[in-house]
Amino acid sequence: MNAFFAQLMSGLATGGIYASLALALVMIYRSTHHVNFAQGEMAMFSTFIASMLLQAGWPYWAAFFATVVIAFVMGAAIEAVLVRRLRHAPVLAIVVVFVALLVILHSLAGWLFGYTIRSFPSPFAEAAVAGGLLSPHQLGAIGVTLLMLALMYLFFRYSPLGLQMRATAENPTSSRLVGVRVNRMLALGWGLAGAIGAVAGMMVAPVVFLDVHMMSGVLLYAFAAAVLGGIGSAPGAVAGGFIVGVLENLLGTYVVGAELKLSVALVLIIVVLVAKPSGLFGKAIVVRV
Amino acid sequence: MTDALLDVRGLEAGYGAGRVLFGIDLQVAAGSVTALLGANGAGKTTTLRALCGLIRLQGHVTLGGQRIDGMATEEIVRLGVAHVPDGRGTFTGLTTEENLRMGACTRRDKAGVREDFERFYEYFPRLKERRHQQAGTLSGGEQQMLAIARALMLRPKLLLMDEPSFGLAPKVVQDIFRIMRRVREEQQVAILLVEQNASLALELADHAFLLETGRIALAGPAAAVRSNEAVRAAYLGGST
Amino acid sequence: MQKKLLFVALLAAACVLPFVLPSYAVFQATMVIAYALALLGLNLLTGYNGQISLGHGAFFALGAYVAAMLMEQAGWPYWATLPAAALAGGVVGYLFGLPALKLDGVYLALATFALGVATPQLLKYKGFEAWTGGSQGLVLAKPEAPFGLPLNSDQWLYFFSLAVAIALFAAARNLLRGSAGLRVVAVRDHAIAAQAMGIDNARVKTLTFGISAMYTSVGGALSAIVVQFVAPDSFSVFLSITLLVGAVVGGLASLSGALYGALFIQFVPQLAEQVSKAAPWAVYGAILLALMLVWPTGMAGGAARLQTWFNRRRQP
Repeated sequence: MNAFFAQLMSGLATGGIYASLALALVMIYRSTHHVNFAQGEMAMFSTFIASMLLQAGWPYWAAFFATVVIAFVMGAAIEAVLVRRLRHAPVLAIVVVFVALLVILHSLAGWLFGYTIRSFPSPFAEAAVAGGLLSPHQLGAIGVTLLMLALMYLFFRYSPLGLQMRATAENPTSSRLVGVRVNRMLALGWGLAGAIGAVAGMMVAPVVFLDVHMMSGVLLYAFAAAVLGGIGSAPGAVAGGFIVGVLENLLGTYVVGAELKLSVALVLIIVVLVAKPSGLFGKAIVVRV
Repeated sequence: MTDALLDVRGLEAGYGAGRVLFGIDLQVAAGSVTALLGANGAGKTTTLRALCGLIRLQGHVTLGGQRIDGMATEEIVRLGVAHVPDGRGTFTGLTTEENLRMGACTRRDKAGVREDFERFYEYFPRLKERRHQQAGTLSGGEQQMLAIARALMLRPKLLLMDEPSFGLAPKVVQDIFRIMRRVREEQQVAILLVEQNASLALELADHAFLLETGRIALAGPAAAVRSNEAVRAAYLGGST
Repeated sequence: MQKKLLFVALLAAACVLPFVLPSYAVFQATMVIAYALALLGLNLLTGYNGQISLGHGAFFALGAYVAAMLMEQAGWPYWATLPAAALAGGVVGYLFGLPALKLDGVYLALATFALGVATPQLLKYKGFEAWTGGSQGLVLAKPEAPFGLPLNSDQWLYFFSLAVAIALFAAARNLLRGSAGLRVVAVRDHAIAAQAMGIDNARVKTLTFGISAMYTSVGGALSAIVVQFVAPDSFSVFLSITLLVGAVVGGLASLSGALYGALFIQFVPQLAEQVSKAAPWAVYGAILLALMLVWPTGMAGGAARLQTWFNRRRQP
């Protein structure tokens, strides 16, 4: 029974990581109605930047916040320069461009930072160890994820800016007609997603070590989490993340074996999209014609 | 009218290679209701879209003396132009109240916004009932009212209305026009009303312009346009 | 008439190629053929039928492994593995197409992306290790030319692949020209209208998925035979992305596009790699962006435009 509980806890820990990247996916979706395949690579790239700053001698939190700001700017810049032109493009073009972005960031990171794996520090390592089953970092990462969730939820639900972003994603023309500066909203959405992704990356790196392939698997789990929870729902994505983490661990240990864990994500994605596309917590939008 | 709020000279516009408007002149005086009439395809919706910058245009458009042709839509809106588009343009995924809040999103005066909420919930009691309901589930008439209320939340100087009667049952249309009459009395807003239903529009309007295949065919005070023989024959059912 | 002459000339050139090029180049040319078949499959699905796939590497892997396993573990002759790969691809593709029916646009891209990412893990699964060779993969023997023909292995494989490809391309061409082809495109262009006209959208979509997977599988099988080696890590999601790049660059909704795309993905990375290890992917990405933003019809579109320009100039 103890082993089972340990697996459960471990699943929650990894789930927290998936949830944090899923939050970035949800942020992009809520602000632009796009699914960003390059989110993982953006996060990986930002984490490398943090690593460079740390190597240059910056203290952890200074590097952390500087990276978040840089990631925000990068995200907004990508939107302004690239995504904006796709405003009226067909779905295929949009998907291809995101895949291209994934590929470019991946190779750019390899070229700039090299292919050797490096370690990345955790800010929670020295903190008091609470409860034997989770390491300080795991607890800290879960805490960070929940904090980001709370902020996102409050932002979209209660803040005027959040409302404007939701409206812009849904209907840019009508948003213009009430005076919303749509370009700014979209850039803001991408910037925030970039920032969230950077945080996710910096939480993942201490666990799996930093290299260009760090986010490939995580991205898939994050997608599974977002789809399961409802790609437009931040609480859903976090719940989805924990569920995916636990499922992956339990199924991996007791049913399919560790090697097939990614397949769990695959099956999950397909099953959810087919059976209940709006996810567990997403609401289906009804439109009277 | 040299002191017109909206002054349009030589407006040309179209979609891609197809030109729809071939040089339109029209004016809307502050606080007045101006009707823009014409059959399907005459270019009425195109005119409104061009005026708020949703499509490319050529020509000279001034609002209160300031050139607005070539400006981005959201900037024109911030100068005081509200557009109730054909199709309503409702934010279907947001609630009724959120739609109205979006209308007010550029305003800084919180007290004024609260006042307006009360006032528009009084104009449109059905919206108040459904204020936490998802806007996409409202009926056609309710969505039209929501669109009008949302536009009014901007406290615009000029309200552009595109076919408010479209697709609505006659009783609902009457309700809407009654509200528009009230709006015109209580608010100091100029209205440019595009309508296929010429008789309704001419009852409400002070001035009227008739658009035929992209050109202004007739212009003048509403009463004069209403009694014009050709107009009666073509648009008002021909009866005396 | 002109087109037929051009085709015959190209065919003749293709037949002469293996006798004038060194062995390694012949091998590369054969890989181009294998990729062209794979891209034809992807093109059928995404270009003609409008269903986005970011996971076609999985079907390529399927064909490759079916061929490898039958040859290595069951002693089948190499040529017999092709129909088996085709069947496997067709069946798995059709089955995948069933749930995929309910997915559209981005969601299908997402599901196929997941498939592409999960493929190497599936191939490494310990339960299948006896057949698949696990992480090490399988090494295959190189086929010899039959009947004592005076060709070396590379040359023989080249002609073999060329023959298979020509047959399959011709089949695809006939399929697309016929009423089936019209249905496929109708579903892409206007699903609601197609359904209103009595087309069974679901059936068209799943069949297209099946046929698309079949072609890509055959491409994969050929590639395995030619490379003589299969291992899970060669079939990562980046293979799926490579195939997508090839399809887009070559030109979607075009048969010749498959060939242009195959040439692109075979030779451009090698050239780019000389600049830097990271370069091939950066080049892919940059070209994809440029194409999507500026020139969406790809090389086939460019060729078509050149043709039109040429024709116009010839008129007095």
